[in-house]
Amino acid sequence: MNTENNIKTLIVKKPLKLDCGKTINEFPIAYETYGSLNEKKDNAILVFHALTGDQFVTGLNPVTKKDGWWSYAVGPGKAIDTKKYFVICANVMGGCMGSFGPSHEDPKTGTAFGTNFPVITINDIVNAQYNLLDHFGIDKLFSIAGGSMGGMQVLQFISNFPDKAKTVIPIACTSSHSAQNIAFNELGRQAIAADSNWKDGNYAYEKTIPNKGLAVARMAAHITYLSKKGLQEKFGRKLQEREDLKFGFDADFQIESYLRYQGSVFVDRFDANSYLYITRAMDYFDLAKQFKGNLADAFRATKAKFFIISFTSDWLYPTQENKDIVIALNSIGADVRFVEIESDKGHDSFLLDVPDFLSALKNFLDKSYIEN
Amino acid sequence: MKNEFQVIAKLIEREKKVLDVGCGDGILMNFLKNNKKTNIRGLEISKSKVQECIAKGLTVIEGNAEKDLKQFPDKSFDYVVLSQTLQAFLNPELVINELLRVGKKAIVTIPNFGYWRIRLHLLLKGTMPITKTLPDEWYNTPNIHMCSIKDFFHFVKSRDIKIFKSLAINNQNVSIINNKNLVIKNFIADLGIFLIEK
Repeated sequence: MNTENNIKTLIVKKPLKLDCGKTINEFPIAYETYGSLNEKKDNAILVFHALTGDQFVTGLNPVTKKDGWWSYAVGPGKAIDTKKYFVICANVMGGCMGSFGPSHEDPKTGTAFGTNFPVITINDIVNAQYNLLDHFGIDKLFSIAGGSMGGMQVLQFISNFPDKAKTVIPIACTSSHSAQNIAFNELGRQAIAADSNWKDGNYAYEKTIPNKGLAVARMAAHITYLSKKGLQEKFGRKLQEREDLKFGFDADFQIESYLRYQGSVFVDRFDANSYLYITRAMDYFDLAKQFKGNLADAFRATKAKFFIISFTSDWLYPTQENKDIVIALNSIGADVRFVEIESDKGHDSFLLDVPDFLSALKNFLDKSYIEN
Repeated sequence: MKNEFQVIAKLIEREKKVLDVGCGDGILMNFLKNNKKTNIRGLEISKSKVQECIAKGLTVIEGNAEKDLKQFPDKSFDYVVLSQTLQAFLNPELVINELLRVGKKAIVTIPNFGYWRIRLHLLLKGTMPITKTLPDEWYNTPNIHMCSIKDFFHFVKSRDIKIFKSLAINNQNVSIINNKNLVIKNFIADLGIFLIEK
């Protein structure tokens, strides 16, 4: 899963106090960069990945050998143009692509931390990543961008470091995980915990892998990333390589086969405990609560330009939740733009080839960079 | 830029904070931003027009004036502009109240239903008037609450709204409307522009 090759790592020397109260020292943050940092160091964009993403934003992911998760949006000549901009992305803390996470070795036991890893938050994640600015000598980022959990990190980042980004692009996200969001995450976690190979998180020591539980978690989550219409159009009631129903529990329908496939490929690249920790961080995310219930206070100190984007068919982080961020920003007279993009591709729209979205992203960035 | 926008722009001093409600593709916004150093925001219901504004570097949010003005605090703009859309709202009175709550002043323009061509059209043809400013048929027009300059004049007075300036536009001609010439202006102007405050 986690080959040391091809992974750039920053060892953070500065101690980091986590929200849970523990302090961590000398921890690794794995990252990747695209394009080049200009002399003025004013063309850097920090991209934040979603729940199951990693630092390999675009091009070939050297570990999975598949296209990076944001290949449609990031690359030479694309919306986030790597000929112009220097794109940095870090693997989130708690993840399994080289950053400090539950699959790392606990020096006390000589085996993986497992569930002895501290419970982390979105706040901890962005505080850890902030060290990359010092590493590259960047005083102020041109932009921060991300979808889904990446968008939550964007919001937390600008709240924590109000003068460290000129433009801010939270996409298909929320300022506070809803009961429904938490419910779906809990379903995934319970699927993992129900796998007898999970061993209360000590599967590395026990030399087992809770692949079945993790695959079910992925299958359930995958449904939430798509829209009903999108699923119906793509799969409908089409049968999987058979003429008729087989009167059994094999995958008769294409949608069943598709989900099973999604589950099976996911376990090859993702760690079950990471899934628990990162979903927990998402569930704990409530930016308004950090400011005594007033979301606007999270943004009061920043002069950054915001561009908030949602998608019509996204029912996981619906337009209204994105609009709540717009409303908070308008209530303090912030510079905020907002558009809801028409798409039937569900929450995943931000990862896919949705031309209206990609052009909005490109136009905003390029125009802002000229006016910069 | 059309005459109406030039008149509106003249009413706004330099370096003010302005909200353009129903900003369309941002022509007025762009003009104010570039020529008057206006701190300009827009609200627009059409996704494609919002996209055009974003591409021009304008600060625009997608939204509906009847629902989305409430997010702006009281008197948070020096001016709020509403160009030729009042008649398309389900509840124009509510929108006017919102404009005057959000803005210290509001600039409202209305296509004048008292314009002589409109009167003549209805009188002679007996069908719903169609003009340059009001090009749609009765069955597909977005305009559901048409009014005349006189109607609007009376409306604002009855609501204790102060009128700072009312202007009549007829082609390229701009003239001031007052109590004395109201009847005439209501006849010859196809557009009314009002600078109001509450």
